Amino acid sequence: MDIWLQQFINALSLGGIYAMLALGLAIVFSIARLINFAHGEIMTFGGYGIFLSMALDFPILVTLTVGIAAAVVMALMMERVAFRAMRGASIISLLITSLAVSEILKVLFQNFISPRPVPISFPSLWSGSYQIGEMTIGVAPTVSIIVTISALGGLTFFLRHTATGMSMRAAAEDFEMLRLLGVRANRIIAVSFALSGLLAGIAAVIWTAQRGSVDPMMGTFPVLKAFIATVLGGLGSLNGAVLGGFVVGILEVLAQAFLLDSLAPYRDAIVLSIVIILLLIRPDGLLPARDGTRS
Amino acid sequence: MDIALETEALDVRYGQIQAVRSINLVVPKACITALLGANGAGKTSTVMAIAGVVPNVSGKVSIFGQDMTGATPDTIIRAGVAITPEGRRIFASLSVEENLILAGAATTKSTTSAERRAMMMERFPILGERRRQLAGLLSGGEQQMLAVARALMSGPRLILMDEPSLGLAPQMVDTMFAIIEELRAEGISILLVEQNASLALEIADHAVVLANGKVAAAGTPSEIVGQDILKSAYLAA
Ligand SMILES: Nc1ncnc2c1ncn2[C@@H]1O[C@H](COP(=O)(O)OP(=O)(O)O)[C@@H](O)[C@H]1O
Ligand SMILES: [Mg+2]
Repeated sequence: MDIWLQQFINALSLGGIYAMLALGLAIVFSIARLINFAHGEIMTFGGYGIFLSMALDFPILVTLTVGIAAAVVMALMMERVAFRAMRGASIISLLITSLAVSEILKVLFQNFISPRPVPISFPSLWSGSYQIGEMTIGVAPTVSIIVTISALGGLTFFLRHTATGMSMRAAAEDFEMLRLLGVRANRIIAVSFALSGLLAGIAAVIWTAQRGSVDPMMGTFPVLKAFIATVLGGLGSLNGAVLGGFVVGILEVLAQAFLLDSLAPYRDAIVLSIVIILLLIRPDGLLPARDGTRS
Repeated sequence: MDIALETEALDVRYGQIQAVRSINLVVPKACITALLGANGAGKTSTVMAIAGVVPNVSGKVSIFGQDMTGATPDTIIRAGVAITPEGRRIFASLSVEENLILAGAATTKSTTSAERRAMMMERFPILGERRRQLAGLLSGGEQQMLAVARALMSGPRLILMDEPSLGLAPQMVDTMFAIIEELRAEGISILLVEQNASLALEIADHAVVLANGKVAAAGTPSEIVGQDILKSAYLAA
């Protein structure tokens, strides 16, 4: 029982990170029709923001704010510098552009910061644990679950109850019609990138807190999992992205915890196989996007 | 004559295809100007070019005396233009009310927007009743009303209506045309695109007939009605 609960908490914590990254990808995809392969570098840049603030001895709250803000700024800059000029291009051209952005940023991180991991040390409180009855539960996964749920809840509120959120949902359905109502395309696209950056920045905080370092490839692997999550959930579906993120996270933790040692090297392969089986059963994903049908 | 909208030598191209050729169009203020023509004549292309969402346009567009050539849609909408597009294009996955909220937020401050929303619910009671329903679940006629209400949220002085009667039951068509006449009575200028020429000519003050992307005839309804040019324009497709 004990081990199950602990693994469940780990799964939620990891799944939450994937869910936030996948949701950021899905928001940008649903509005700008862009599959952003440089999303991982947004997260990495957030990590470097945290590293820099710590090196400058900023208080912890300032540090976290700087990390998240760095990711938002990176997302907005990407849109402004690279993707805006490509607006209206085919999905393949956009995809290649984002791959180029990703590679360029990785090289810049390597050359101007460091090709090796740089350390980040969160306050010791973070790595502590607490007891509930007989169970020992880590502070880090608990906080990360709370932060993830708050972020997802806040975003849901924004999308459901603010006029800008409504415009974003409408943009996913029929962007041209939204422009015909006088909404500025640049604004909606910038908001979608800012939101994806915000979520990636929060993910960067949780990720670096758990790993204790940042390197140029930091965002690459979790974002790869997030891509799998968006496809599993249904490309372009926001709820699907979140669900997909949790499913991938849970499968990964289960595989890690309960696989025989001899199968451990095949962990990712086994997780991916399960994802492929799920996609064979539901080719459009677990929660496909409602297509913006015009009746 | 006070002019709401004027185009000069308007051309629209989609790659190799030229959909609109050198169209000169005048929409007088507080009048209904019918834009007629067969399927594929270039009516929607003309409307979308005026609204600023077609990329390859040349020629001049002026709206209430301001030059709007090459302007982005948000500038054009802010100059007092609204559109009810072909196929209605209401946001199906949003509620009726959300459709109106986002339309209002795009152009006005929130108090004005809330007032206008209340006015729309009063003017179109069915929308008030169904405010929390998904817009995609409305009937065709109700969706067209929502499209009109959504267009009115910006307080427009000129509305471009592209085939508002398309696919509606006959009774609903009458309701729709009555609404259009009401809008004119309120001083709003209307460019009414219709395939149903005889119906449009009944309420229009002026009419322009397009054929193969060109203006084939223009004048008052009585000048146009029964003319061979109207029949041939429709047969040309
Ligand atoms: N997006 C588009 N791409 C290519 N051709 C188009 C496009 N839209 C319209 N056309 C072509 O332009 C011509 C005029 O179409 P349209 O303006 O929709 O006419 P109407 O509204 O009068 O039916 C048609 O030949 C149509 O096939
Ligand atoms: Mg048309």
